[in-house]
Amino acid sequence: MGLALVLALIVAPEDADQGISQRIFYIHVPIALTAYFCFGLGAIKALLLLWRGEERYDLESYVAIHQGTIFGALTLITGSIWARASWGVWWTWSSNQLVLFLVLFLFYCAYFMLRFSLEDGPRRARSSAVYALFGVALIPVSFLAIRLASDFIHPTVFTRDGPQMSGSMFATFLVCWGAVTFLAYVLYRVELAGKRLDADLRELREVLQ
Amino acid sequence: MTYLADVAALTRKDLRVELRGRDTLPAMLLFVLSTLVVFHFALPEGSGETAAYGLLWVAIVFTALLGLARAWVPEQEHRVLDGLVLAPCDRSAIWLGKTLATLVFLLAAQAVALPAFVLFFEPLDAAALGGVLLADVGICAVGSLMSAMAVAGRSREVLLPLLVLPLAIPLIVGGVGAAVSAEPERFLLFVLLYDAVFAVLSWASFEYVVTE
Repeated sequence: MGLALVLALIVAPEDADQGISQRIFYIHVPIALTAYFCFGLGAIKALLLLWRGEERYDLESYVAIHQGTIFGALTLITGSIWARASWGVWWTWSSNQLVLFLVLFLFYCAYFMLRFSLEDGPRRARSSAVYALFGVALIPVSFLAIRLASDFIHPTVFTRDGPQMSGSMFATFLVCWGAVTFLAYVLYRVELAGKRLDADLRELREVLQ
Repeated sequence: MTYLADVAALTRKDLRVELRGRDTLPAMLLFVLSTLVVFHFALPEGSGETAAYGLLWVAIVFTALLGLARAWVPEQEHRVLDGLVLAPCDRSAIWLGKTLATLVFLLAAQAVALPAFVLFFEPLDAAALGGVLLADVGICAVGSLMSAMAVAGRSREVLLPLLVLPLAIPLIVGGVGAAVSAEPERFLLFVLLYDAVFAVLSWASFEYVVTE
């Protein structure tokens, strides 16, 4: 993490066009990719739950989506700061990625509403899993929809010809990405351990009563 | 063939319940007409025809939500769903029957709402109508699954719009695009793609939502 920060803030060359504000790219994009990764992980765990019916996948899917939503909110915040710095506005509907994250953020907030509204049990686990699966189907469909709906202004860094960055910038980006993924993984483990402990405690208390 | 017969029987059951009780359709009709009147006052003079097309879509989505919110309530109140799940038919037939019944209600509401829209606001061309029809299928397919999830929850009336609206955004993009764009084929194709993807997904996952 520390190395990533140093590289992002000091070592990487400044963007000729955008100057200092471009450095937020090294945080913003890894966070966004990690959020996608968490949503994907949540959907895979959801699929495993429906397929195998093992209870532990429910909690794992929930925790992964929780992490994804946190990283999604961070993406919105860092994206908004970047938009302010380089386009002069806090929010712009012409940035497809930001709009997509807003849609996804709303979708996954509804996921939590669904979870908290249903009674604890296998039906809640399966309903949440189905909703999580709808989420990964919604990501490409929404992306297509937003692209159809608006013109394309956001800087496209990854094109079909590969990343459009110089070597040291790309190395910094990779280190930052690794660091953020590692952070997400640690948070995922910590939250999962906490939630499991919680469930065990509750079971123990019921046994004792 | 028995699958189709099951679906037809379930759809007929919903239509008959509606004919006897008249719980849903009059409410949808009145709602969509009142919304159109509200839009007349909400749109300032000279705000243009495209704004009216956009608001038509708001009216359609919320009317569909109104119908979907009621969709599983009779089943839940009289515990019919437990009986249906136990019945010797494929569970996805229950979803398909409910989707078709909701679609019939929505089309009936639109049979009044769309002429009223033309009368009050702007004309609709064939592409716009095609967009409405295709999007109806998508809303009903996804919505009847979401409604089955929400009806088991504590706050079902509040929950349903939260679940459906983010999923309906691509449909609104396609529908509005088909109405206002110069080349509507792209948007119609997109809505068709959405329908196919989400109908299959809902069809396959309904069983998991209703079984205990």
